[in-house]
Amino acid sequence: MRHLLDFEGWSRADLESVLDTARVMREVLERPVKKVPALQGFTVATVFFEPSTRTRTSFELAARRMSADVVSFAAQSSSLQKGESYKDTLLTLEAMGVDAYVIRADAAGVPHQATRWVKGVVVNGGDGQRAHPTQALLDAYTLLEALGSLEGKKIAIVGDILHSRVARSGAELFSLLGAEVWCAGPPSLLPQSLPGARLTPSLEEALEEADAVMALRLQKERMEAGLINLEDYIARYQITERRLGLAKPQAPLLHPGPMNRDVELEGTLADSPRSLVNRQVQNGVAVRMAVLYHLLVGRER
Amino acid sequence: MRFKAELMNAEEMRRALYRIAHEIVEANKGVEGLALVGIHTRGIPLAKRLSRFIQEFEGQEVPVGILDITLYRDDLSEIGHRPQVRETRIPFDLTNRAIVLVDDVLYTGRTARAALDALMDLGRPRRIYLAVLVDRGHRELPIRADFVGKNVPTAKNEVVKVKVAEVDGEDRVELWEKEEA
Amino acid sequence: MILIKNVNLVDAKGVRGPADVLVGEGRILSLEGGEASLVVDGSGKLLAPGFLDLHAHLREPGEEVKEDLASGLLAAVRGGYTDVVSMPNTRPPVDTPEAVRALKAKALRLGLARLHPGAALTVGQEGERLTQAGGLKEAGAVLLTDDGRTNEDAFILAAGLLQAAPLGLPVAVHAEDASLRRQGVMNDGPLAHRLGLPGNPPEAEAARIARDLEVLRYALRRSKATPRLHVQHLSTRRGVELIREARRAGLPVTAEATPHHLTLTEEALKGFDPIFKVAPPLRAEEDREALLEGLLDGTLTAIATDHAPHTQAEKERDLLRAPFGIPSLEVAFPLLYTELHLKRGFPLPRLVALFTDGPREVLGLRPLHLEEGAEASLVLLDPKEAPVEPARFASKARYSPWAGWVLAGWPVLTLVEGRVVHRVE
Repeated sequence: MRHLLDFEGWSRADLESVLDTARVMREVLERPVKKVPALQGFTVATVFFEPSTRTRTSFELAARRMSADVVSFAAQSSSLQKGESYKDTLLTLEAMGVDAYVIRADAAGVPHQATRWVKGVVVNGGDGQRAHPTQALLDAYTLLEALGSLEGKKIAIVGDILHSRVARSGAELFSLLGAEVWCAGPPSLLPQSLPGARLTPSLEEALEEADAVMALRLQKERMEAGLINLEDYIARYQITERRLGLAKPQAPLLHPGPMNRDVELEGTLADSPRSLVNRQVQNGVAVRMAVLYHLLVGRER
Repeated sequence: MRFKAELMNAEEMRRALYRIAHEIVEANKGVEGLALVGIHTRGIPLAKRLSRFIQEFEGQEVPVGILDITLYRDDLSEIGHRPQVRETRIPFDLTNRAIVLVDDVLYTGRTARAALDALMDLGRPRRIYLAVLVDRGHRELPIRADFVGKNVPTAKNEVVKVKVAEVDGEDRVELWEKEEA
Repeated sequence: MILIKNVNLVDAKGVRGPADVLVGEGRILSLEGGEASLVVDGSGKLLAPGFLDLHAHLREPGEEVKEDLASGLLAAVRGGYTDVVSMPNTRPPVDTPEAVRALKAKALRLGLARLHPGAALTVGQEGERLTQAGGLKEAGAVLLTDDGRTNEDAFILAAGLLQAAPLGLPVAVHAEDASLRRQGVMNDGPLAHRLGLPGNPPEAEAARIARDLEVLRYALRRSKATPRLHVQHLSTRRGVELIREARRAGLPVTAEATPHHLTLTEEALKGFDPIFKVAPPLRAEEDREALLEGLLDGTLTAIATDHAPHTQAEKERDLLRAPFGIPSLEVAFPLLYTELHLKRGFPLPRLVALFTDGPREVLGLRPLHLEEGAEASLVLLDPKEAPVEPARFASKARYSPWAGWVLAGWPVLTLVEGRVVHRVE
C-alpha cells in the first residue's frame, strides 16, 4: 500500500507484517543506541493542521530513530492563519524535498486530498472524526503484547464512540485481526452503525467476559453541546474496579490519552498494573517507526 | 537459473566448520570472552553449530546471538521491494567480548559492513572477527574474512547457494549460473 | 443573413427536418432556405431554441475573482444559453432597482447571453424587510429570491409572495430548513457517517418544501392575483413527491433540477474532493431516480444549472471549509443529452423543453419554437463526442466534476436574436 490513510485496501497479512516490524523496532528502542540507519537520506514532515503535541512528538521521534530528517509544520504559528492553503503548505514542503508527510487535520479527508497533491507518501495522523490508523496499530500492538493474539478475543471500547476516530480505526483494525469488537456508550454518543463492531448502550454487555477494555476520552465540547450529562456518564459508563470485574480477570485497560481522571476511568484504575497506558505510548514510537519503514522502503522513487 | 556444480557436500561442510571452530579458539587463545553472532538467515544455524563444536572440544559454552542487518543495508533507498525486518537478539553484553560474526557466503562485503555497523550500535566489543563458510570473491569494500570454510573463485553471473539442514533440509553448497535474460 | 443548412430541428413540439433555416433581422425568416452571407452546414446536427437558465451565480458585483458577467455570460453562450437569470446573492446583494439596471446595462454592452437579473426578496437578503418588488420589476428583475440563504421566517415569505403576485413575479426559494441541515456538507446517511463528515438530511429539504407549500396556500387564499412559487434545485425523492402532489392539487408551484443532481450521487464524495460539495448535497441513487421520474411526468418543468463558481483554491480547502457549489453552464446540455437521452432514452423534445419552454414558463414568457417568424435565438448542437476540458472553459472556474467525461451534444453555434455569439469552426 502506498499510503496509510485508514485500513481500506490493507490485507491482514500486510498489517501483521507491520506489527512484526514494530516488534523489531521495540527491540531497537531498548538498545543503548536507539537508532538505526534505515531511513537515512529520507525526509519526513509532520504537518499538523490540527494541533497535538503527543502524536506529533511520537512521529518525529520515530522518524529520527530511523535516521530520517524531520521537518515540523504546526498550524498555529502560521501561514495557514494568513490564508495559505493546505495545498500550498504541502507543495512548499515538497519543493524542499520531503518524502513522507504525516498529516493531521480537523476535517475528514484532508490526507486523501493530500495524496492528490504530493508525490510522497501520506500517513494519516488523525483526520477529523474519521480515522486515526497509527493509534489503532499501537493499540493493537499493545493488546497483542498482553494477549498474544487477537483472534477470537472480545475487545470492549467505551465512551464517545460517535465522535471518536480512535474507536473507528480500532474497530476496523481489531476486527480485521480476528477480534470481536464491542462499542458501548450513551445512546446520544453511539453511531447507527460502525463497521467491524457491535454497538450497545449497555456498559455491562460490552464488558461481560471482555479480554481487554479501552476507555475513550470524553471531550467537554460534548457536554457543552448538551449531548451528555457528566454525572450521568460517570454513573453509567465510568470504568470502575467493580465493573471491570465483569471482564476476564487481568483484562488489560487501555486509553488513547490524555485521560480525564475519574471521568472515563476510576482514578485508582489509571495507576493500576492493569493499565497499559504507558506501554501504549512506548509502543506508539515503535509502531510509527514500523509504519514509516513500510511506506518508505521499497517504493519506486 | 541453471545448476552448475556441487561445491561442498555435507561431510565437507562438517569438516570445514569443525576446522573453523578450532581456528577461532586458537585465534582467541581460548574461550574466554568469546561469543558468536549469526547473521540472518543461514549464518544463525552455522553459528549454533560452531558453538556446539567448541563446546565439544573445549567443554565450555560459547553464547550465540542472532543479528538481522536489514535496517543497516546500504541499498534500502534503491531496491524495488521491502525486505521483512527480522529479530535481533543478543542475550549477552557485547562489551569487552571477542565477537565472531558468522555468515554463509562472503561476496561484496556489504552484508558484513552492515553487520559491523549494527554491532557497533549494540555495544562496544573488544574485537570482531568474521567467519564465513564460503568466500566467493568480488569484494566491493575493503572487508576480509578471518575464517573461511572454502575459497571459491566465481564469475559475476554465478550464484553460490548454501543449504543448511535447519533451514533447507540438507547440507550442501551449490554453484548455479544465471540464465541469459 | 445566416443560413443553417440541412439541419434537424428539435423543440418542445418534437424532432423534425431536415430543414434549411434562414435567419435575418433577428428572426427565423424561413425553414426552406434562401440567400445568406454566412452559411453553416447543419448536416447531422440539431437546431434547438436557445436555452434559458433560471439559476446562475455570476458573482458580479463583489466576487469577480470567481466569475463576472463577461466570463459567465460567455460560458453561458458556449453552453447554448441565450438567456440567463442571475442570482442576487452578490456583494452587495442585488436588492435595489439601480443595482438591477446596472447589471442589465453591463450585460447589454457585452452582447453575449441576455441577462435577466434575479433580485433579492428581502433587503440585503437578511430575511427581515421586503424589497421594493415593483421598482425591481420595472428595472428588469424577473424573479425574487433570497437564494444563497434560506427563508427561515415563513411570514416574510408569505408577504413576499403576496407582494409579488400582482406583479406576476415568481418567488424562487432555496428550500432547506437551516436548523435541520446545520453544518452538513454532504447527504446525511450511512455514507456520510462512514466518511466522517457531517450530514445534511433529506428531511431538511422535505420539511422546508412542505412548509413553503403551506405558505403558498396561505398566500393563494389571501391574494386576488396568483402568487407563484418556484422551488430551486430539487434534490430528494420526498421533495419530488411533495411537488407532484401540490401540482396535482392545482397549486401554482414550479420546480427545477440541476445537472449535478441528475448525474451524480453522494458516492462522488468518497474521494473527499470538495469539487462535489454543494447545497443541497448530492443525494442517493433513489433520489436521482425520483428526479428523473419527476422530469418525465411533468412534476419538474425546468433544468437550471445553479452554476456556482468558486476559485480553485477555495475548492481545495477541506470539506468543512470549502464553499458549496458546482459550476456547469458550459456542460449542462451535453451532459444531460449524453447521460439522459443517449444513455437512458429520455425523449429529446422533452429534454429540450426542460431547457427552453419550461424555464420560460416559470418567468411567464411565451414558449419559443422553431418556426417562421420566431425570434432567432438558437443553438446548433453537434452529436460528435468530445471530452470535458475545464482548462478551456470560458468560465473562471476552470474545474469540473465531469472533467474527462466524454459527452455528445456540444453547442457549436449560438445565436441571440440572429447575432452569432458563439461559434466553433
